[in-house]
Amino acid sequence: MPYVPHTPEDVSAMLAVLGAASVEELFADIPAALRPKSFDLPPGLPEMEVLSRLEALSAKNRTDVVSFLGAGFYDHFIPAAVDALSSRGEFYTAYTPYQPEASQGTLQAIFEYQTAVCRLLGMQAANASAYDGGSAIYEAMMMGVRKTRRTRLVICETVNPIYRTMLDSYTLNLKLELVTVPHRDGAPDLGALAAAVDDATAAVVVQNPDFFGGVHDFTGLFAHAKAKGAVAVMSAYPVMASVLKTPGEMGADVCVAEGQSLGLPLSFGGPYLGIMTCTLDMIRQMPGRIVGQTKDTRGRTGYVLTLQAREQHIRREKATSNICSNQALCALRALIHLSLLGPEGLARTAVASMERAHQAAARLCALPGVARLNDGPFGNEFAVRLPISAYEAIDKLTARGFVPGFPLGRYYAGLENCLLVACTEKHSAANVGILAELLGDIIGGAL
Amino acid sequence: MRTIYAKSAPGRAGVWPRAPKAAASDLLPASLLRADAPDLPELAEFDVVRHFTELSRRNFGVDSNFYPLGSCTMKYNPKFTETVASLPGFTRLHPLMAQLKGAGHYAQGALEVMYELEALLCEITGMAGYTLHPMAGAHGELTGCMIIAAYHADKGNTKTKVICPDSAHGTNPASAAIAGFDVVTIKSEDGIISPEALRAAMDDQVAAVMMTCPNTLGLFERHLPEIVEIVHSHDALLYYDGANLNAILGKMRVGDAGFDVVHLNLHKTFATPHGGGGPGSGPVGVGGKLLPYLPISRVKKLEDGRFFLDYDHPKSIGYMAPFYGNFGVALKAYAYVLRLGREGLVRVSENAVLAANYLRKRLEGVLEIPHNRTCMHEFVASAARQAAGGVRALDLAKALLDRGHHAPTIYFPLIVKECLMVEPTETENKATLDQFVDDLVAICQQAEADPEAVHQAPQTLPVTRLDETWAARSMWLTEDLCGE
Repeated sequence: MPYVPHTPEDVSAMLAVLGAASVEELFADIPAALRPKSFDLPPGLPEMEVLSRLEALSAKNRTDVVSFLGAGFYDHFIPAAVDALSSRGEFYTAYTPYQPEASQGTLQAIFEYQTAVCRLLGMQAANASAYDGGSAIYEAMMMGVRKTRRTRLVICETVNPIYRTMLDSYTLNLKLELVTVPHRDGAPDLGALAAAVDDATAAVVVQNPDFFGGVHDFTGLFAHAKAKGAVAVMSAYPVMASVLKTPGEMGADVCVAEGQSLGLPLSFGGPYLGIMTCTLDMIRQMPGRIVGQTKDTRGRTGYVLTLQAREQHIRREKATSNICSNQALCALRALIHLSLLGPEGLARTAVASMERAHQAAARLCALPGVARLNDGPFGNEFAVRLPISAYEAIDKLTARGFVPGFPLGRYYAGLENCLLVACTEKHSAANVGILAELLGDIIGGAL
Repeated sequence: MRTIYAKSAPGRAGVWPRAPKAAASDLLPASLLRADAPDLPELAEFDVVRHFTELSRRNFGVDSNFYPLGSCTMKYNPKFTETVASLPGFTRLHPLMAQLKGAGHYAQGALEVMYELEALLCEITGMAGYTLHPMAGAHGELTGCMIIAAYHADKGNTKTKVICPDSAHGTNPASAAIAGFDVVTIKSEDGIISPEALRAAMDDQVAAVMMTCPNTLGLFERHLPEIVEIVHSHDALLYYDGANLNAILGKMRVGDAGFDVVHLNLHKTFATPHGGGGPGSGPVGVGGKLLPYLPISRVKKLEDGRFFLDYDHPKSIGYMAPFYGNFGVALKAYAYVLRLGREGLVRVSENAVLAANYLRKRLEGVLEIPHNRTCMHEFVASAARQAAGGVRALDLAKALLDRGHHAPTIYFPLIVKECLMVEPTETENKATLDQFVDDLVAICQQAEADPEAVHQAPQTLPVTRLDETWAARSMWLTEDLCGE
C-alpha cells in the first residue's frame, strides 16, 4: 500500500499492544448512523499512470504562445538554482518554525527575506508573508483601521481591479466604508484622491506602477494623508521597485506587493506571495508571523518567531488577523531569487522589461487608430486603445500564437477596445515586431 | 551562521541577465527613480547555493526527522506530486488565460483538474460542492464563515454569534470575528463538547457552531448526532474544521453526519508539503443549500465535456482569491488522491489511528494521558507529573530535538496543562515509533535523575535555547534594525 509502511506483522504487533482484535475496533466511537453512505472513489493508480494522466491534462492548456499578459502577474525568468534550493526537503517538508532550535534554517531565511523586501521597498519591517498581493492589501487596510480607529478607506481605481473585487468581499461584514476614486484616462486622479482623504479616513491605497502600467510619485498624496491622520498604503511591483522611487521615499506607512515576479512561476494563479512591509511604528498592527534576531544561552545569534501577542493562537478572536499558514516557501524562493540576481541583476531585469515595453508601445502606436490612454511615464506595461474590439484582437492573435495582452473592458466600463500590454526581459525585439505586424494586419482587415 | 548579507561583496552577482541598451533614466524621469540601488545580496551563484544548502541543514523536516506535531499531520509528501506540479503545461499557464476566450478555452487542462478534484473532495466528505480558492486553512475558515453570514443575511436572519469550543484552534474564533461575528466560547466536558453546555449557549442569535472532529484532543465527538440536532433546531449551521480529517477518511463523511460547511487542509490530509509555514490550500465544501454563496469563479462542465469558469452567481460572497486559489498545491493533492484511490485513503486513516493509539498505549506509564481512551489520529499527553519535579513539557520537547525527533505540539490545546499533542501519521514505520517511545522514556528518566540536564536541552543543534523575551523587546527584525 503506497506510503503506509506497516507489514501485516507490524499491524498485528501494534494491535496486540492495544489489546484490540482489529483496526476497525479503534473506530468504535463513530456510531453506525454516522458511517459513510458512500465512498465511491476510483481505485488507486500506479505513480506512472497518474503522471501520464496529469501530463495529458497539462498538454490541454495553451502555453505554447508568446504572451504579453501581465496585469500584475509577470513571466520573468527564474534561475534554475531557485528550484534546486527551494526543493530541498529540509525546507519544503518543514512546518511553521514552532521549535526554533530545530528550525534555524527557515527562521534565518525569513529574517533575510524580511531584510531583502524592506531594502527593496525602502521600508523598515516585514512579516513572513500573506497569501498574495490582494489579501495583503486587505491586511494593510485593516492595519490602518486599527491604527486610526477609523472606518473610511479610500482606494484608487487604478489599483489592480482583481484585488479590488477581493476587497469588496473581505470587507462585506466589517462595517467599513470603501470609497473608490475613479481613474482619469487610465491614471490616478491625484486631486480627487487628496480630496477624498479626509479626517475620517483610516487609509488611502494606491498602486505603483498602477494597473495600467503608469509610474507615479505619490509623495504629495501621502503627505496629505499623514496630515489628515490617515495611513498611506502602497501596492508595489517588486521587480520594478529595484529602479523606481521607493514607497519608503514617498512616505508610505505600509507597502505591500505581489511577490510572484520574484522567482515564482505563473502556475495558473498560485501559489503566489503576499509581501507585507511597514514602518516600525506600525509593527504591532502587522498580521502574521514575524521573525526576530536574538541570542541563545551561549550568546550565539539565533532567530525566533516574535511579537506573537498579535497572533491568533494567543489572542484568538482579538488577533490582528486569522492568518496562520502563509506562503513561507514562496518567500524563501523570493529570497533565493533576489540573492541570485542581486541589485544589478534585478535592475537589469526591470530596465530590460521596460525597454521592450517602450519599444512595443512605439510600434503599436504607429499603427492606425492605436494610441495610449494617456501620455504619462510608464514601466514595463502600457494600455492602448484599439480601433477594434480588444477581444477580437486577442482571439485572432492567440490563434496565431500571440496573446497580445489583457482586455481592459473586463474590469473597466468604457475601455472595451483597450488592451493592457506587458513585456518582460523574456520578450525579444522580434516578438514585439511580429505582434505589431499581426495587429496591424488585423486592424487593416487583412486577418 | 553568518547572514547572506554578511557574505555579500559589491560587484558580485549570481545571475547576470543580458544588460539592456537603455538606462532607467532613458525611460523614466529621474524624479520617479530611486536614489540608491537596493542593498540586496551580491554573491556568486555557488555561494548562494552554499548558503541555502547550509541553512537547510539547520532545519528539521519530514524528510529528515520524525515530526509528530499534533494537529499538523506531518506525513510523508510523495515526491512525484512535485513532478506533477512542475509540469510546464501548468507552471507556464497565466491565470488570465482562462479569462480570455470562452472563459476557459485556453486552460481546459487546468479547469479539468479543478473540476475533478472538487468532485473527489465532494465524494470524500459527502458535500454538494467545493471551492478551491481559499489559500490556507484559516482562509477556508474565513470563507466558510462568510458563506454562513451570506446565507443568514439572504434568509433575513440577523444572527450575530458563532460558538467555538474551548478546544478549538485559535484560527476559528479569529476567522469568525473577521467575518463580523461575536465569538462565544463553550467549555468542554471530559474532553468533548457537552450537549448541555451547547444547549445552554444556544439561542436564536447563533449563526453557527464551529467544530473540529475528532477534536484537538484527538477524541471523537461522541455526542455529534445530538449536537447536529441542537444546532439545526436553532436555524444555525454546523461548521467542520478539517484539520483532523486524516482520522476519518472512509469512516465518516462530514456531509452525511450533518455538517453544513467544511474546510479541508490539503497540506495536511492530502500530503502536500507545508514549506516551513506555507503555502497551504484550504478548500471549502458546502451542503446543497449553501451552493449559491460559494466564491466566484466556479468551474462548470458543459454537456460536450468542455469546462468553463462561471461567474454568474449573484448570491456569491465574491472573490476570496485573485484567481483560483493555490492551484499548484491543489494539483499535488489531486495527484495524491488519484494515486491512493478509495482503498488507499481508507488505509490512511486506519493506519494513522492505529499509530496514534499504539504510541498512546506505549506512553501510558511514561506520561499522564488525561483522556486515556481510544483516540483517533492523535492524542494529548501531559507532563504535569514531570512538571511537579521541575521539568516541563517545553523541556521534554527540547530534549526530543536532541534525539532527532521534532517535538509534538506543546501547550495546545489550552485546556490540558503541560500538554504534548502527538500525531504520528500513517507514514512512519513501527521502528520509528518505537524509537520515539524509547527516547521519551529515557528523557523522562533523566528528568527524574538529572532535571538540570533536561533544562539544558537542546545541546546538539546549531543553537541552544533562544531568548524570546529579548527578541520581542529589542525588535531586531531586519539586518538594518539594530537591537538594543
